[in-house]
Amino acid sequence: MSQSLTATDTALLEKIADMKGGRADGAFNVRKDAGCAGRVNTKNVQITNKTDKPGIDVHFAPGCRETCHIPVIITQSGLQDTVYNDFYIGPEADVTIIAGCGIHNCGQDASEHDGIHTFYIGRGARVKYVEKHYGEGDGNGERIMNPETVAYLEEGAFLQMDTSQIAGIDSTRRNTKIVCGPGAEVVVTERLLTHGRQRADSDMEILLDGEDSKGRVISRSVAQDQSVQRFVPRMVGNARCFGHVQCDSIIMGQARIRSVPEIDANSVDAQLIHEAAIGRIAGDQLLKLQTLGLTAEEAEERILKGFLA
Amino acid sequence: MLELQDLCYSVSGPEGETDILKNISLTIPDKRLVVLTGPNGGGKTTLARAIMGLVQPTGGRIFWDGTDITGADITQRARMGIAYGFQQPPRFKGIRVRDLLALASDKKLLPKGEACSYLTQVGLCANDYLDREVDTSLSGGEVKRIEIATILARHPRLMILDEPEAGIDLWSFARLTETFGEIHARQDCTMVIISHQERIISLADEILVVDKGVIARRGDRDEVFSSIVCDTMSGCPAVFGREGKR
Repeated sequence: MSQSLTATDTALLEKIADMKGGRADGAFNVRKDAGCAGRVNTKNVQITNKTDKPGIDVHFAPGCRETCHIPVIITQSGLQDTVYNDFYIGPEADVTIIAGCGIHNCGQDASEHDGIHTFYIGRGARVKYVEKHYGEGDGNGERIMNPETVAYLEEGAFLQMDTSQIAGIDSTRRNTKIVCGPGAEVVVTERLLTHGRQRADSDMEILLDGEDSKGRVISRSVAQDQSVQRFVPRMVGNARCFGHVQCDSIIMGQARIRSVPEIDANSVDAQLIHEAAIGRIAGDQLLKLQTLGLTAEEAEERILKGFLA
Repeated sequence: MLELQDLCYSVSGPEGETDILKNISLTIPDKRLVVLTGPNGGGKTTLARAIMGLVQPTGGRIFWDGTDITGADITQRARMGIAYGFQQPPRFKGIRVRDLLALASDKKLLPKGEACSYLTQVGLCANDYLDREVDTSLSGGEVKRIEIATILARHPRLMILDEPEAGIDLWSFARLTETFGEIHARQDCTMVIISHQERIISLADEILVVDKGVIARRGDRDEVFSSIVCDTMSGCPAVFGREGKR
């Protein structure tokens, strides 16, 4: 069923996927309140509905260079939407996939989106996957997102996964699993801001199975007010490989952050490193920006903006 | 003109009050280059920080251009044209050199040419640095030079620099000294520099020796610098013996 887009919808789509007027150049599929609100296929990108469960299959032709937008918006208070999207990226393709989810909840009931995305990245292909999560609305209903991302990288494939939670999500539980074949490389960048009484959990597992595979996780987060965050990134080296996990968090107010990076080597040739730091904004950073003419509030805002950029 | 009247700063500790600055009175006319020097722990940095508002004096007044700024906060002083270069500048994850220079210059988008000119004056190549984050990937000397570039970008009327030479290699330091000399020759601003380096001291119109919380000595570079050297030589018993003679 195709649905029309309201001004609220297009504003959400711009915020989460940089789409103007609900459209984008190249292939796209807009999912709104569990239905389809627009789809365009191209010669190299074919989007089809799944027949056994909600969701889509997206096929990228071998060797193509394409951008594809697949945002989800929820504007119905009380809606629980689970979707299964599978992506098949042909060998040597070079593609950018812009996902993202926006919830506008003006009601009293919880709105929830659980997006389960699986990527099959062919030999030598390059994928940039961008996912922004954002919530808004003046109702009391919770805004919940539980994304699950699984990616299988064949020999020499590359995945850059950039995820960010901008604001307004009351509860999120993120699960990520990446499996790297020989010579494959993944770089995951996670940015997260929580405030009020929000809660965010992120479990991540990077399996470096292939010889000379590489994995890098960069997690930056800010927890304000009484919000709670928990990160458990796990890098597993099963062959000659290189893995690096870096978690940096700024803690403010009465927030709580648990950061539990784990490295697990099952090969004598695995090189794995982890770093984790949690701290408040340094006083000398605030003072420095004040000496440049910013007020204390402007200085704090600028530091957080840079940290999460 | 900068004027300090009976400036005091004390801190309380387990052993009672310690006076860091003791009734310092001082006038620095416009466009002068004044070097504060003296032994470690003498009060130089506290004095400089008090002028910028980074510490609040426990007594006395500070006037800038005839306005009493003793109660003004750091931001207000910055907007009045006072700039401060930290001895150990902070680092920022996610803030690039170009961002910091844009903030300093109060411009949303700083033209590359302008950013380049600030970095060149501190001996850095803009192409190599503009897009780098001011984080731990930069060396101490690089961060220090970027710090000084942000001061230049502010075009201040009063420039306060706390040991600009610290952590900077000899070659870059020579370039930096040239820059300070050029700024002073153009009479762009009043400069107060904390330094122990002869090359910077030799640029000064006036040298103030800050020791034990007071201005122990002041004068032009010839008289004060020669007396410092003299004191230092005679004060070293290992070289000169207890009597101060070889």
